[in-house]
Amino acid sequence: MDVAVFAHRIQFAFTVMFHYLFPILTMGLGFFIALLSTLEILKNDPRYGAAARFWAKIFTINFALGVVTGIPLEFEFGTNWSRFSAYGGGVFGQTLPLEGVYAFFLESGFLGLFLFGHGKVSRGVHWLAGMGVAVGSLLSGYFIVATNAWMQHPVGYAVDANGTLRLTSFWEVMLNPFAGWQYLHTINGALLTAAYAIGAAGAYYVLSGRHPEFGRLSLKIAVIAGVILSLTQAFPTGDMNSRNVTDYQPVKLAAMEGLLTTQPNAPLAIIGMPDPATARLIDPLYVPGLLSYLAYGNSRASVKGLDAYPKDVLPPIELTYYSYHIMVGLGTLFIAQMLLGLFLLWRRKLESSRWFLWTLMLAIPFPYIANEAGWTATEVGRQPWLVYGLLKTPAGTSPTVASGETIFTMLGFAGIYALLAFLFVFLVGRIIVQGPDEASSH
Amino acid sequence: MTLNAIWFWILGGMLIAYSVLDGYDLGVGSIYLWVAKSDDERRTALNAIGPVWNGNEVWLLAAGGMLVVSFPKVYASGFSGFYLALMLVLWFLILRGVSIEFRSKLESPLWRSLFDAGFWLGSFAIALLLGVALGNVLRGLPVGADGTFAGSFAFTLNPYALLTGLLSLTTLAWHGANYLRIKTEGPLQERSRTWSARLYFLVLTLAVLATIITFWVSPTVAANYHRYPVAWAFPLLALLGLSWGFRSRQAGRERWAFRGSIVTIAGLLGAAAMTVYPNLLYSTVSPGYSLTIYNAASSQHALRAALLANVVGMIGVILYTSYVHRTFSGKVHIGDHGY
Repeated sequence: MDVAVFAHRIQFAFTVMFHYLFPILTMGLGFFIALLSTLEILKNDPRYGAAARFWAKIFTINFALGVVTGIPLEFEFGTNWSRFSAYGGGVFGQTLPLEGVYAFFLESGFLGLFLFGHGKVSRGVHWLAGMGVAVGSLLSGYFIVATNAWMQHPVGYAVDANGTLRLTSFWEVMLNPFAGWQYLHTINGALLTAAYAIGAAGAYYVLSGRHPEFGRLSLKIAVIAGVILSLTQAFPTGDMNSRNVTDYQPVKLAAMEGLLTTQPNAPLAIIGMPDPATARLIDPLYVPGLLSYLAYGNSRASVKGLDAYPKDVLPPIELTYYSYHIMVGLGTLFIAQMLLGLFLLWRRKLESSRWFLWTLMLAIPFPYIANEAGWTATEVGRQPWLVYGLLKTPAGTSPTVASGETIFTMLGFAGIYALLAFLFVFLVGRIIVQGPDEASSH
Repeated sequence: MTLNAIWFWILGGMLIAYSVLDGYDLGVGSIYLWVAKSDDERRTALNAIGPVWNGNEVWLLAAGGMLVVSFPKVYASGFSGFYLALMLVLWFLILRGVSIEFRSKLESPLWRSLFDAGFWLGSFAIALLLGVALGNVLRGLPVGADGTFAGSFAFTLNPYALLTGLLSLTTLAWHGANYLRIKTEGPLQERSRTWSARLYFLVLTLAVLATIITFWVSPTVAANYHRYPVAWAFPLLALLGLSWGFRSRQAGRERWAFRGSIVTIAGLLGAAAMTVYPNLLYSTVSPGYSLTIYNAASSQHALRAALLANVVGMIGVILYTSYVHRTFSGKVHIGDHGY
């Protein structure tokens, strides 16, 4: 691959993956903070208010890093992918300013009110501000997922005489059939991550014997929310999202599932290592017919394998396959872990099962990995297309930017983001060590 | 007025709103180390912008998104042409945002000094670089037949652009000092007033100088101001703002000082917009290569759809942004909440 194209791709992949670590928690936690604030008022119980304030502290740091690492992405559409922007900006660009106009203004304005408004606004307005933050966070996700969905499945456009795209329907772009389930699956993943964060903190406090009451409350919320969310992550959101891939991007489906040859009664590979050179899976574990059933509702249906497509439209198979399998594998473990947690909660053994609390605390990196892996499968599996079926990735880069420039800025981002990661872990770790009561004073 | 012209002025309006709103918090940052000396004063200055700075920055993001959808070729050409300069802006934006949010998280004086410097450097550099970018657009760019250009550092940092950069820096610093005059009391307010008065004369000198030199440097300004006499309203607006600024140097006239800097910024940026209209990136290679509001625009259907979708949303934004600003109006105090 061309060095310049590779440098643009690596920089975008790195900056977007690092950025996404923060919105995952922001989108999920915004909802839980609004929920805790609501419970405080409904149950007239200050414990919920203390929990809301504790998580708002972490939310603030997380939000700040999400904002500063998010701005580069909007710039990079122009700085690194200028031919893509010039080609389709009038169509995919419809959703970009709306993210600012309908979501970021709401989120930042109400976050200011929520954090600085004590004593300046009534309790009701303060509660509303918390809701505004949650709604803004959740909405921002839709506009950016809709932009991505358009790259996965372009709609609402026509090709102009000069080869660029022209908008034909705003609503087709906004209500892209690919976007709905992709969005719900994304948001569900964010909410599940927040549930895990709450659970991990709760487990830490119960295990260490500090703030045990806050810990117990957190564990209960995390396990109940976690069971629901880990299940809805798979059905219906994950399943329906896969059906969209089956319909619109069958070659991606074949790569994700490691289906190297076309076959009826196609098996679902649980594990195994794809070897494109010999067109087989090494050391596989199959469930016969299940892939045909999941894709077409009929275990005997024929599913197209990678051999059915020309070589120049195949995505990188190994990366697509592994990232997808890591996501699905972790998702399955989340369901098992949360169901076990719910069982222990029902038997009133949750707080005394220290072994379970240890696993819950140490599980916190894995929802992040699952979210990132899911997006990796989505984006790498879209290759070699930048806009599916229309524009290949190398044709979207900026012609005036030299590879040396991109390599330099990539190194710059790597250094800056390493520092940001260190600061984030340090500051959030400090808040967690301080605990819910002390954390409100600084 | 055509849809293309409407979008030109929407972007102009967004840029003015951004410069007025984020302008005061960038300005506070640019003079922060000298105006706010003790830790309490610095926390007061940060709390003065605390609830609003992030929302103010969204105006830049929203304007960027609107540029993508309305004039995608300008966005593509301009952003890739100024690649390294924009990457620097991004890194300063990161430095600044992190410094504001992290500074007061630890009691340690060393930690706070570190992020104080970060907040100052980020604000100072962004206020300067925004003006440098604008100067380059006014001066014209080596846009080729394919609509692209490569703007090296040596090219970007030409004397004219440095002059507009300095004008931007001093104007926003003056605006920030005026904001602190309204929001603070005591020695901090008094120092802000002194700085505001000092900066005022720098702004006045640089504004007059930049205006005269623009008539010499810009390839489009003379013809535009001849063709659209109404354009003179903007320099006059800037003069009006500067005259309010002059009269409000004494204590007790804080509100007029702030109004003065708002009107000055709006006037200067409006005048700049009229300098290039209807070009967005004027080509110094051949005027025919210039990217204008016609040849760089999306389709009429795209412009109309985006207009409707964004205007409806912006009405809501203006309403609740005003509410947030009103809630936090008045003198700021440091307490349990905030920085």
